[in-house]
Amino acid sequence: MKRNLNHFSTLLFALFSGLIFGIGLILAGMANPAKVLAFLDLAGLWDPSLGLVMGGAIAVGLIAFTLAKKRTKSFLGLPMNLPTSRIIDKRLIIGSLIFGIGWGLVGICPAPAFVLLGTGSLKGIVFLVAMLIGMAIFEYFDARNK
Amino acid sequence: MTIDWLNFTPWSALAGGVLIGVSAALFILLNGRIAGITGIIGGLFKPTKNDIGWRVAFTLGLIIAPLVWQGFQPLPSINIDANFTMLIIAGLIVGFAARYGSGCTSGHGVCGIARLSPRSIVATLAFMCTGFLTVFIIRHLLGA
Repeated sequence: MKRNLNHFSTLLFALFSGLIFGIGLILAGMANPAKVLAFLDLAGLWDPSLGLVMGGAIAVGLIAFTLAKKRTKSFLGLPMNLPTSRIIDKRLIIGSLIFGIGWGLVGICPAPAFVLLGTGSLKGIVFLVAMLIGMAIFEYFDARNK
Repeated sequence: MTIDWLNFTPWSALAGGVLIGVSAALFILLNGRIAGITGIIGGLFKPTKNDIGWRVAFTLGLIIAPLVWQGFQPLPSINIDANFTMLIIAGLIVGFAARYGSGCTSGHGVCGIARLSPRSIVATLAFMCTGFLTVFIIRHLLGA
């Protein structure tokens, strides 16, 4: 019974975290690809908003992760899954460079893609499906190289 | 550089950012997980027992956010100028590369930098650079 209750609260807080994340994106204007592109357009009429979104999020995150690093278990008693890798390899750099190209083409990254699904935007859904296929292609090659 | 003062929304950007930070804080402190969408979705491609529910729940939260929002007020405007071909190309690139580089704007850009992870700082600098460059090429060199 206690186990089930724990499992239920895990799911509930995950849902709640996702919801707050999505509300934050909408409030910040980051569910609007045109506003994201306006940040990336340094040479045009520049909208610095995305910088403040990241600044606000990182400021809160700094406090949370400082606390998280000192703990071995979460407040729900779950293991702390903090990434441990510190290796800066070609894969990280090349992957991120290419990611930026895709992001700059239309102004949508993974989290807003799911928010766009909820708005019912057809263009957003087309992007999301293509993104999931892109991830599936990665899984295919990743499994073959092992 | 000319700042677009008409469309610059410092307060809602900051407030939205704080909410995203609160979400990442709750997720690590309660669930012990990083709020990185790429990693959360990526894990669903090779599902293991007891590792599916929380991923689906977080994603569902993102999807219902606009529906909950609309319960209180109309959604702000959403403009996607790109055509369908471009959306498909960009989607494929974003999906593949986010997994290849082990993260995206949420995992590296927000959580990673907040963890002071050198990997995420490098990743964020990398995708910001090519993001700026891509928009520069499309809008100012190709004039689209």
